[in-house]
Amino acid sequence: MNTKELIVEKIKEKFGESVEEVSDFRDDLCITIKKDQIVNLGKYLKEDPDLQFIMCKDVTAIDWATRKKRFTTVYHIYSFKLNYALRLKSNIDDNPPTIETVSFVWQSANWYERETWDMYGIKFINHPDLRRMYMPEGFEYHPLRKDFPVLGIPGSLPLPFKAE
Amino acid sequence: MGLEAVLQKDGFLTTTIDAIVAWSRKSSVWPMPMGISCCAIEMIAAADPKYDIARFGSEVMRFSPRQSDLMIVAGTVTYKMAQVVRRIYDQMPEPKWVIAMGACTSSGGMYRSYSVVQGIDQFLPVDVYTAGCPPRPENLLNALMTIQDKIGKTKARDFQNRSLAELEHSQN
Repeated sequence: MNTKELIVEKIKEKFGESVEEVSDFRDDLCITIKKDQIVNLGKYLKEDPDLQFIMCKDVTAIDWATRKKRFTTVYHIYSFKLNYALRLKSNIDDNPPTIETVSFVWQSANWYERETWDMYGIKFINHPDLRRMYMPEGFEYHPLRKDFPVLGIPGSLPLPFKAE
Repeated sequence: MGLEAVLQKDGFLTTTIDAIVAWSRKSSVWPMPMGISCCAIEMIAAADPKYDIARFGSEVMRFSPRQSDLMIVAGTVTYKMAQVVRRIYDQMPEPKWVIAMGACTSSGGMYRSYSVVQGIDQFLPVDVYTAGCPPRPENLLNALMTIQDKIGKTKARDFQNRSLAELEHSQN
């Protein structure tokens, strides 16, 4: 049994119904899981002795703009034991978008989730410190959303005073 | 070598206060190197022996705004950084000048984006804009010489007892 089959089989055995999609595009394995199971899946993948996905390399999101489930969160995790990088996805259907945080599973996800919150406005429930990462405090918008104009909203970011 | 070699006795010269003050001001412009991104590398190169900004009396790159006359804004200024740049500018003593070095500082450059200020003249009184991405050291030196010309035309009393608003206006 190769690595991919092992991973897919173990996840399907444990989560069965909750797995929405397993795709294997150009040798990139990607698991789409129901939103409420993302923390359990993360914990399982990290703690299972055969898998040991102990590293979270990135958390980000996709804004599909017109799709009914508008946002998808994406997690890139890595197992040193298997030397394998796996992608997890989770579709979000509520508005405003929320999902449970995985920062208690992988510490590194803490800042990645802050960044995702800053750029996409996805609220990570139970996140210990959900502040903006890049944009100034008090900024009201989320720049990487599809409905945000490229040049920003005039007047939303204050400039220092200049005498006329 | 110079004048002192020719002099046999104590010499004197006649000039105006304005001329000598302006001459000394323009011959010792101390830059505040506001190196924010890649333009800073070219700014550093302008200080090396090959280009040698010391030829113009500006080799003293002061890392304290309180000791500088000229702010070289070298690099992309974001809205967040704009607050810092302005604060450092405000800490510089009068009289002071600003070079907008490179495309980013002059107009936002290739960063036509929500996070980048589309030209620092929105919050700073800029004296000279420098083209290039990044500008070559020669270009920065040319900007410095332009500033020197500008300083050479000032009068000593130009900067007396004037409010901040007036100063900014006259320097624009």
